[in-house]
Amino acid sequence: MMKNIPISALIGLFFTGLYFFVAFTAPLIAPYGMAEVVGDVWEPSSAEHLLGTDNIGRDLLTRMIYGGRTTIFIAAAATILSFVTGTSLGLLAAVLGGWADQVLSRTVDLIMSIPTLILALVILAIVPVTVPILILVMGLLDATRPYRLSRSVAVDINVMDYVEAAKLRGEGRVWIIFREILPNALSPLVAEFGLRFIFMVLFISTLSFLGLGVQPPLADWGGIVKENKDGIVYGIGAALYPAVAIATLAISVNLVADWVLNRTTSLKGGRG
Amino acid sequence: MHPIIKLVAQRLALGLLLLLGASALIFGLTEALPGDAAQAVLGQSATPEALANLREEMGLNRPALTRYFEWLGGILQGDLGQSLTNKLDIAESIGNRLGNTLFLACAAAVVSVPLAIFLGLLAVRFRNRWPDKLISAITLTSVSIPEFLIGYVVIYFVSVKLGWFSSLAMVNDSMSFGQKLYAIALPAFVLTLVVLAQMMRMTRAAILNLMQSAYIETAELKGLSTFQVIARHAFPNAISPIVNVVMLNLAYLVVGVVVVEVVFVYPGMGQYLVDSVTKRDVPVVLACGVVFAAVYIGLNMVADIVSILANPRLRHPK
Amino acid sequence: MNEQLTHMTKEVTAGKLTRREFMGKAAALGVSAAMASTMFADAARAAGPKKGGDLKFGLFGGEATNSLDPATYASSVPQTNGKQFGDLLVDVAGDGSVETVLAESFEGSADAKVWTFKIRKGVEFHNGKTLTSEDVLKTMQRHSDENSKSGALGIMKGIESMKADGDNFQITLASPNADLPYLMADYHLIIQPDGGLDNPAAGIGTGPYKMEVDEPGVRHMYTKFDNYWNDDAHFDSVEVVAINDATARTAALQSGQVHVINRIDPKVAGLLGRAPNLTVHSTPGRGHYVFIMHVDTAPFDNNELRLALKYAINREEMVEKILRGYGSIGNDMPINAAYPLFDESIPQREFSIEKAAEHYKKSGHDGSPIIMRTADGAFPGAVDAAALFQQTAAQAGIPLEIKREPNDGYWSEVWNAQPFCASYWGGRPVQDQMYSTAYLSTADWNDTRFKVQAFDDLLFDARAELDNAKRKEIYSQMGMMLRDTGGLICPMFNDFVEGVSNQLDGWEVNANQEMMNGLISRKMWFV
Repeated sequence: MMKNIPISALIGLFFTGLYFFVAFTAPLIAPYGMAEVVGDVWEPSSAEHLLGTDNIGRDLLTRMIYGGRTTIFIAAAATILSFVTGTSLGLLAAVLGGWADQVLSRTVDLIMSIPTLILALVILAIVPVTVPILILVMGLLDATRPYRLSRSVAVDINVMDYVEAAKLRGEGRVWIIFREILPNALSPLVAEFGLRFIFMVLFISTLSFLGLGVQPPLADWGGIVKENKDGIVYGIGAALYPAVAIATLAISVNLVADWVLNRTTSLKGGRG
Repeated sequence: MHPIIKLVAQRLALGLLLLLGASALIFGLTEALPGDAAQAVLGQSATPEALANLREEMGLNRPALTRYFEWLGGILQGDLGQSLTNKLDIAESIGNRLGNTLFLACAAAVVSVPLAIFLGLLAVRFRNRWPDKLISAITLTSVSIPEFLIGYVVIYFVSVKLGWFSSLAMVNDSMSFGQKLYAIALPAFVLTLVVLAQMMRMTRAAILNLMQSAYIETAELKGLSTFQVIARHAFPNAISPIVNVVMLNLAYLVVGVVVVEVVFVYPGMGQYLVDSVTKRDVPVVLACGVVFAAVYIGLNMVADIVSILANPRLRHPK
Repeated sequence: MNEQLTHMTKEVTAGKLTRREFMGKAAALGVSAAMASTMFADAARAAGPKKGGDLKFGLFGGEATNSLDPATYASSVPQTNGKQFGDLLVDVAGDGSVETVLAESFEGSADAKVWTFKIRKGVEFHNGKTLTSEDVLKTMQRHSDENSKSGALGIMKGIESMKADGDNFQITLASPNADLPYLMADYHLIIQPDGGLDNPAAGIGTGPYKMEVDEPGVRHMYTKFDNYWNDDAHFDSVEVVAINDATARTAALQSGQVHVINRIDPKVAGLLGRAPNLTVHSTPGRGHYVFIMHVDTAPFDNNELRLALKYAINREEMVEKILRGYGSIGNDMPINAAYPLFDESIPQREFSIEKAAEHYKKSGHDGSPIIMRTADGAFPGAVDAAALFQQTAAQAGIPLEIKREPNDGYWSEVWNAQPFCASYWGGRPVQDQMYSTAYLSTADWNDTRFKVQAFDDLLFDARAELDNAKRKEIYSQMGMMLRDTGGLICPMFNDFVEGVSNQLDGWEVNANQEMMNGLISRKMWFV
């Protein structure tokens, strides 16, 4: 089995695994306390501080490790929430059609017609900002995207001959969704899943940027970018580390997603 | 084509209903926000007397529903009203800013949409070989970096170090078309990077999905070149999901570019809306919200209609 | 060589030699670039201001919701707008004294209750109308009557009556106030034709520049007003561009797209200052970054706990890390050496973990988390400052918990509403005004709920006291009261950190408001 995994996917798996491992074991491997001020502002990297220090003199490596934990946890939870909600409603709407489809689709249209960021900004100004609420707001607002995608793919598949055949055989809706439509809709959905995860990471960064993210001294990677962004144009790289972390995490997750995508198409008996 | 016209009419009616719903939702949410316009305008220098006087003048002491229906009545007569905070005519302010927003969005779209689809096709053609992987890696990187960071890096190199482009994307009426294009080059570039990945990846995934179909095999057996097969046979059938993603991204270019506007100091709609939300300037928030909603609903309608036209089975329902 | 240099500087003064030519020739004579640059600047200044050129501001603090109505000014761009098209009656000079503007002269009665301003003659508004004392009266009435929605309403409260009489405008106060002229220098009180009653947001005043384009949150364009009464404005046009993003602002100055920027982040000020084409000016001011507690709300009603928190904050570290040295440490009172009549002998409160722990123990606090609210918008670096405070408090065993609030709504929902939060005060020109604004029992903005009769009495005594030595003594007592029993934790006073292109000359120090008290377009010129 392992032999069939291409190099790219292995790299992706390795880094994804590494980031998740670091996230889970953060308190054990971080060299300093998360909020501990240990040095001067924006110290360059040294033996004591491998990545240097941040904008108020905290160890950047420690901040990155804890930041990764926050980012990965919130983004993953929100992505899963978004995908499960969005996809199941989307498939349901496609199969049911008629009024159910209209009501669901129009509600989604209504929510999507207001810019997500503005909506999040307003909602988070009304309700208190805590981690569960962040996940809930991000996940539900974002569920509209998987909904639209899954519905549009499923509508196309729903009129395919093999689905018609299944319906004529008298198969139930659940059977049709899970045995006929879902497997055939899987590849665009998997491709989307990887991207949605990135968007979630960016979403939480943007919220932090607007002062609505996690509570200090906790930070996410986007927040660390923001805390240190002023140094960028003067050659202080503190903001680049979290940006690189976000980018490599995103690429790794998507390399894995690509590999899964290939495997699912192979399963369908295609030529791979 | 008669059913199509009927469909469009249906969708239009639905769109108007949605707009109404969106305006009510936006009004409800802004009302639920803590504070009001009078407080926001006076800020730290608010005294109770000044606050009360300003509320009176802004008409904020009347019931919320009355104000909503007054606004609705105005808009039905084509009157967007006046801003609460600076008394300027909203239609005029929005007109300028919407023009700027659409200009930037168009510039970014003209580059990014064809490029994304072309790169997507290219990636399928060279699937799993180095061009595919390179395209994948570059687009993924570009989408994973926060917009403001790309913006700063671009400003630093292209504007501060090299001095090729202005870091302030200021446009105004006295500029020629060419000058305007030059002014928005940097934000348009950043936006292109931001929206490219999703469209390209969807194109690639949707076409790959079709490449296993029997009719593609037939086409290949006919001896057509791989690229011809992809472009002529696979692409048309993959249009539905692609158009959907393209429309979502076009909508994003119009409604979601606040951060890029801030970084490049571009006078677009996003900043106007955020400022107005902050200052609880409800009529402006409503007007901007409705314009955004209209753009989104319109683009969606196009996506739906194209999807239906592209799929013969949907075009002729049994 | 000396003779040649002298000759060259004379040519510069006569306007015959450009900077580039001068630098080239000086280099040929073996003069270092830094030296030559200074010599050129001196010579150019000796030549006096040069007319012409288009000045561009790139400023933080401009929103799409801004209005030109002076009553609504609350941020930098509108305040700068006001200084272009409008004039005040009097203004605060660089040395902290009051200088006349539209008033030719002013004087107070012996008991400091009646103040008379003689209005300047031959001043024309941009709409062609001539300035009269009626315009002044109506302006002041608009800001002070019961329908007013002006930000200046608070400072106009002590006025009993006003009248216009020929060339004179007269104010009668309910109780004496030796500092009244300073109140008239408030930036809201721009004199408008007919008091601005017909159209307050028209942008018409007597200032040196006439409004041409008003695009709130984007840009404001002004051209020179031909019939301006004074001759201190040197530019052909002035453009004010709103650039709220800090990095975009510094980039715009560095690449020469604007000539002046405000609010430079102290963290990058040193780095920005290395750029060859600009100068970073740091002006010690009266603005201060604070953490405020409501002294009437538990657990902050306990002075031991307040003292514990005051001792637990490391002021030096804050100035070092949040202000990067562009500021000075505070002493838990809102007054510093930038104020007239400041008492230097008041002892500085030192950071002490032991004392903090001791007072905390004495307070008998139950050890539940003490919630302190902050937001990025409270002051630049407020969230970071809170994180530093939390760390030092933890060392003293004080369980401080930070709660970050959204910027949006911070000033209406958190500040002056929640019992403990981060905040910012811009400072006032004189001690009386600062204390009356925020520490008098009846003050609307008493954001620490500090209500002490003895303190109020001292404040009124000081107002009526015309002997400066005695006033200084009273202010010193008041400062000590606040320092030891007040709800104000004041770790630092911030400097105004601003960037100005080297193409401009004529910078002066004026700490009353940012950017030379808003007078750059009147006092500087292109070299």
